[in-house]
This record gives sequence, structure tokens and C-alpha cells, in this order.
Amino acid sequence: MRREGSPWTGVGAVFRRELADNLLSVRMRLLEILVVLTGTAAVYAAIGEIKNVVGEDRFVFLRIFTVAREPLPSFITFLAFLIPIVAIALAFDSVNGEFNRRTISRILAQPIYRDALLFGKFLAGLATLAVFLTALWLFLMGLGIFFLGVPPSGEEILRGLGFLLVAIAYGGVWLALAMLFSILFRAPATSALAALSFWLLFAVFWGMIVPLATEVVAPIDPYDPRSQITAVNTAVGLNRLSPNTLFAESTLALLNPSTRALGPVFASQLHGALVGAPLPAGQSFLLIWPQLTGLIAAAILLFTIGYMSFQRQEIRA
Amino acid sequence: MSAPIIIEAQALTKRYGAALAVDRLDLAIQRGEVFGLLGPNGAGKTTTILMILGLTEPTSGSITTVGYDPLRQPLEVKRRVGYLPDQVGFYDHMSGRENLRFIGRLGGLPAGEVERSIDAALARVHLTDVANRRVGTYSRGMRQRLGIAEILMRKVEVAILDEPTSGLDPQTTREFLDLIRSLKGEGMTIVLSSHLLDLVQSICDRVALFSSGRIGLAGRVEDLMREVLGGTYVLDVEATGSDLPARFSRLDGVRKVTPLGGDRLRIDAMADVRGAIAKVVVEADGQLRALTMGSASLEDVYTRYFEEVRHAA
Repeated sequence: MRREGSPWTGVGAVFRRELADNLLSVRMRLLEILVVLTGTAAVYAAIGEIKNVVGEDRFVFLRIFTVAREPLPSFITFLAFLIPIVAIALAFDSVNGEFNRRTISRILAQPIYRDALLFGKFLAGLATLAVFLTALWLFLMGLGIFFLGVPPSGEEILRGLGFLLVAIAYGGVWLALAMLFSILFRAPATSALAALSFWLLFAVFWGMIVPLATEVVAPIDPYDPRSQITAVNTAVGLNRLSPNTLFAESTLALLNPSTRALGPVFASQLHGALVGAPLPAGQSFLLIWPQLTGLIAAAILLFTIGYMSFQRQEIRA
Repeated sequence: MSAPIIIEAQALTKRYGAALAVDRLDLAIQRGEVFGLLGPNGAGKTTTILMILGLTEPTSGSITTVGYDPLRQPLEVKRRVGYLPDQVGFYDHMSGRENLRFIGRLGGLPAGEVERSIDAALARVHLTDVANRRVGTYSRGMRQRLGIAEILMRKVEVAILDEPTSGLDPQTTREFLDLIRSLKGEGMTIVLSSHLLDLVQSICDRVALFSSGRIGLAGRVEDLMREVLGGTYVLDVEATGSDLPARFSRLDGVRKVTPLGGDRLRIDAMADVRGAIAKVVVEADGQLRALTMGSASLEDVYTRYFEEVRHAA
């Protein structure tokens, strides 16, 4: 049975309302302050560290994101940790909140499809993340120019923008996940906890689980060197199931231009390579292409699962 | 001459798992009338409303709302039908006006027109003074009125109100019913559901009595009373005397006599037979201790009808 009328009717109105809600909400303010403070601290520390090192570096500007000074972690480590929190805070009560406020039946009785509500909410969440991350990025670049006293080169800006894009895609995955839980669970506390437990799993425990799982799936036979390769490949593959790994690999390749490969490399493959020589930006982008598409695909997949269950949901409270 | 049918359901059925929420329901609502869906909670009223709007899919059966199929053409249906849900919710941190503006945008109305319609609608429901206050500060009655303002703003053909008076105090309820009457005066078709039968009997042209997913009775209130109660006069009599029930039954205009225990009797009559009753008691050498007449209510109809259905089963 085909339905008539456009699923896009009303997306704009939902988007605008949700965006205004997101940007004005207290919880976003708090998280923004947290991220800006930690980000500034990390970058400031990195700048101090960079100044201490004497030497020539073509990509000194990108170092502000990657260099860490004990005890602070680097900016990208912070970001990998905090972006999911921001995304979850944005979306964990987006759909079940409508049920709990009893607005859902009134909104869906307007001449729009359910699609519009979900699209509008997701796009507004993504836009909020994008605005926030872009502002943060510009602020830190400015901080870099101010304290380092050198402007970023064209290639550094290009790589920086790539990094921004990856960060937004990474946020999109967590946004879609939190939204999925907000559709599946009626209580906001449950959906928040479900999303946070996934965050904890990938941020903390995944690194411990992968070696154990690898031992089971691809045990190493000491008399068979091939089994070692299988084991390494299995471990890499399992690691990449985590969006955090995809984000970490992408940022590594983009912000450290000398990164040549993200998997195991044989000594024979390094033959004739100028170790430490940077790749052109295009090659770095090519290197992270699978990671970036993987992140986007994960976000779309999670959104689709949520979309399907929302379409089937009975709207009476 | 009856008006054209605006909402029609045939053999409408909705199942939630094993539970049958609506069971082979037939319904025809005419343009311009106030139609009441009455019955206790859980009788299938809200489910029926959601199916009329296309917000939930019927398990089987067909439904046509304002000439469209709510499943295939939901946008056309929803453009013409306004819905005030049971315990209506708004975005509490937004003002009444902002809430209405959002709804106007969802409906795709042009911005200038939205503002004008909002002003007119708010004035109609007396919310102009508080229009810029957060909805979180509104009382239950104010929210209910804001819901009506939304329907007014959208200029729909049919307004469906689910339990619009529940939780309102008597004064607010009266004002609310007046508002509904004035909407009907403008030619809007109104469908309202309630479990408070007496309250809505005054404003409904026709009612359907729901009981466990089915419509037991439907029609004009007076017709139902005649049909079920056998009369629109109910007398409570407390009197002594020999063989009173039989004597009363023989009176002209008395349809039914029900002993209530002790010396009390209930008499359903077609006309005011108080004089005749007093005379009968005196003739029977009895004492008339009380004789009161109350007009029958829909509540009586409902109770009586479903009592009879249960007895028959």
C-alpha cells in the first residue's frame, strides 16, 4: 500500500524548533563549557610543549591537536572521549521525551509524516554538533595562531577541516545510537544508561576485550607464521568495529601526515620508503576513506533501525 | 433529511496482541453535528479516534475520514481534522504563542497568516493575556483552551476532542462546553469522547455508547432514552400500601415499575404521572412518604442498557 504526500513536509519546522531547543538548553551549555575548558587546557599545554622542542616541523600547527603534555592527554583524546557524551546528551530523550511530555500525539496529528519528526530531530542534533565543533575548532586554531605566532599553511587547514568532518561524523554515530535508544526505551533514564554503557564499552573496555576475543577467534599457532598474520588482522578488524577506533585512526592519519598505513605493515613493504616523510593531503584522505565512510554508514544504519521501529510504534501513551 | 456523512467506519477492528480494543465497529458521523463517543475508560474510544486520524492502523475493516483514506492519504486527512488528545501536552519551556507558531509552521501555513490566526484564536479562548508566558505555568484548563486555540487556528473541518473535560473544575467545564457549542455554530463537525456521560449529553446531537470495543447503542439522546428507559421521566416513590407495584403498572403512561427494596420503587413514565401516583397511594390506603421526579440521564441509559445486555448474555 502506497501512501501519498511528501515525507519532507514539516522537516524544516521540526528542525528549527529542535535546533533552538538544543542551542538554548542548559545541559548543552554545561557540556560546551566542559569541552571548551578541557580543549583549551589540552591545546594550551600542547603549545607549551611544542615551544620547548627545538626543531623544524612542516606541520607544527597540527601538533596542537595531537601533542600531549603529562598529565593532560592530547586534544584528540579528549575529543574522542567527550564527543559521544555531547551527542548522547543531545539525543537520549529526543523521542521518548515527546511521549513523556504527551506532545507526540498532538504533533503527529498535524499534517506531517512521522519521518519528518525523526529527520528533523536528527538533522537538528547533527547541526548542533557541527556548529559546536566548528566553533571549537576555529577557537583553537585562533589560539594556535596567537601563541605559536605562525599561521597555518593551506595544507594544514585542509587537514584540519578533514579532522573536523571526521569529528562530526563520529558525533553522528553516537547521536544516532542515542536516538535509537530514545525510540526503543520509554524511560529517558534507561535510554541514557543504555547509550552511556555503549560509550563506556567502546571508550574503555573494547581495548581489553579485543585481545581476548582474538585469542578465541584466531589463536596463534607458534609453528605457523600465517596464524600470526591472521591474529593481527582479526584484532585490527575487531578494533574497527568500535567507532572510537575509526575516529582515532582517521585523526591520526590526517593530523600526522607521516602516517602511511593504519594496519599491519611488512618490512618488505617499507623497502625504499622514506620513513617519516609526510604524505600529500590527498593520500592521507585516501587512507582514511574507509574509516570515514564506515562512520557515516554506521550512523545511517543506526538511524535506519530507529526509523523502522519508530514507524511501527503505537503512539498512544 | 440528514447531512452528508463525514466520517464513516465499517467493521473496524483493532487488536493489540491478544486484546481486542475495537471490535467490528460501524460508525457514521454527519457533517456539522456534535457526536459523542461515550463509555468507560478502556472501552475503545481513543483507539477509534486514532484510527479515524490514521495515527494507528486498523487490524481490519475500512474507514473514511472527510472523504479520504487515513492510511493512504494521512496528510489530506490530518490537514482537515484537528485533534485535542487526552491530557494534551505542550512544550513547557515555550510560550503559548510559540507553541501555536510551531504548529502553524508544521502545517505549512504562510508566516503572516499564522500570526493573524494565532491572535484570533487566542482571543477566542481568552488566552491573549498569557500568550507570552511559558506553557509550564498554565493551569489544566488553560492548556485545554490552548489546545482548542490550536484547532481554531488551523481552521479544520472536523475537531476531535478526546476527554476534553476530564480534570476540569465545573466552572471551566461549563465555559469549555460553551466554546464547543460556538464551534458547532460555525459549522464545524465535532467528535468528542468522554466517560462523563451526563456532562456531554447536553451538547451532543448524537452519541454512541461504547462498551468493550463495541458500540452498544447509537442515536439521538432522547431517542436512546425512550428506547432503553421506556420514558424520559423517572420517579422515585416511597410509599406504603398493598399491591402498589401492580396498581402503578396499570396507570396510563407508566412503562415500568422497579422495586428498590423497602418501600421504595422506581417508576419510568412517558409523562408526568405524579398526580395519578399520589391518588393511587391514597386509594390503596397507604402513606406517601416521598415522591420525587428526576429527568433521566444518559448515565441511566448506559447502566440500564449494558445491564440488560449482560443479563441477556
